[in-house]
Amino acid sequence: MSYRQIFADGLWQQNTGLVVLLGLCPLLAVSSTVVNAIGLGLATTLTLVFSNLAVSLARRVLRPEVRIPAYVIIIATVVTAIQLMMQAWFHDLYRVLGIFIPLIVTNCAIIGRAEAFASRNPPLRSAADGLATGLGFLLALVLLGAFREIIGRGTLLSEARLMFGEWGQSLEITLIPDHPGFLLAILPPGAFIGLGLLIAGRNWLESKRSAARATGSVQESVT
Amino acid sequence: MNPIFRSAVALGLVAIAGTSLLTGVHSMTADRIAEQERQVILRQLGQLIPENYDNPLLDDRFTFSNERHFPNGQTVTAWRARQADKPVAVVLQFNAVKGYNGDIRLLAGINADGTLRGVRVISHKETPGLGDGIEIEKSDWIRDFTGRSLADPQPGKWAVRRDGGEFDQFTGATITPRAVVDAVRLALEYFEANRETLFSAPPDPAGSAAP
Repeated sequence: MSYRQIFADGLWQQNTGLVVLLGLCPLLAVSSTVVNAIGLGLATTLTLVFSNLAVSLARRVLRPEVRIPAYVIIIATVVTAIQLMMQAWFHDLYRVLGIFIPLIVTNCAIIGRAEAFASRNPPLRSAADGLATGLGFLLALVLLGAFREIIGRGTLLSEARLMFGEWGQSLEITLIPDHPGFLLAILPPGAFIGLGLLIAGRNWLESKRSAARATGSVQESVT
Repeated sequence: MNPIFRSAVALGLVAIAGTSLLTGVHSMTADRIAEQERQVILRQLGQLIPENYDNPLLDDRFTFSNERHFPNGQTVTAWRARQADKPVAVVLQFNAVKGYNGDIRLLAGINADGTLRGVRVISHKETPGLGDGIEIEKSDWIRDFTGRSLADPQPGKWAVRRDGGEFDQFTGATITPRAVVDAVRLALEYFEANRETLFSAPPDPAGSAAP
């Protein structure tokens, strides 16, 4: 599989959050603001790259009967190692992203990629697949986060200074001043409704694209 | 070799590799993590101590445990602030153990008269977007403790609103604030009952393990 195809799949064709619908638990729980969405998205991407790499390196040793428990051990090891290293060397970042790490283990997309891709492909491609899948998940999270934050609080990127420091302060936008707050969007039902709309939007775009492709190929065959 | 045995060996090897990798990472990072957390505590400590003290506060520190007020076998650290040998305030570092996910590490500054100077969260693993409002960077909730004491609110009202108390909970998250309120109340009760000992206990020898 080409790298181009890997990224097209991860970001759009097989997007974890919008098409495959894996990892819904963290997706729905943490997408209440864009900044939280970015935090979870980055932490998940990092984990996916290294867990895919490790699973791919071990793929010839692992017999099919024991592969699933082995993936669980590998992923748990990777997540814990990332957590410890972040805590030691990037402590300020850890204080912001650290709370997302326990949520990563609830993301079945990680074991899903280990099984569907990393166990059958060489290490570099597997790492690229981890990156692509993680970025696709980040994209879905940020879109849903933006939807819920704008409707629920009337802001965009609030608390960005916690993640990006002084620079982030200038990113914080208040779109609707004196917004009274729309609780439905902030609470879990808002996450489900928002996700439903996002999936519908993606399917609509996709059907338009395939319709265009179909008419295109018909015309080609006529000429 | 029979296949079941081979599978077992392969799985065992993965487990051994994973465990030894983590052991290595842990021993590489443990000291740095402890040092980083100490820095965070020192930074937060600055917000909780009064200005009128003249003792070496950071060295006037001792550790203890008390299962009734600080459960799950935790070690509590106390820093004492004094002026002319008179107690001014104490800062306690302890855990709220009934959080949604693991311990919530707290610092509470208590004046000698039993009023709270303030409470801060050192670290926690609560759900982002729901329980993390206890962080002072994310909401003002934790400031509500400042100036409170066991008499304010009344005994029995030291709880979140859902439990008939006076403290706000968060939308969608009751467990986290409840855990913090309970832990702070228990700490205040400990202070009330052990005020003398807290200030008279000799400091831990210098150079002993930092918190």
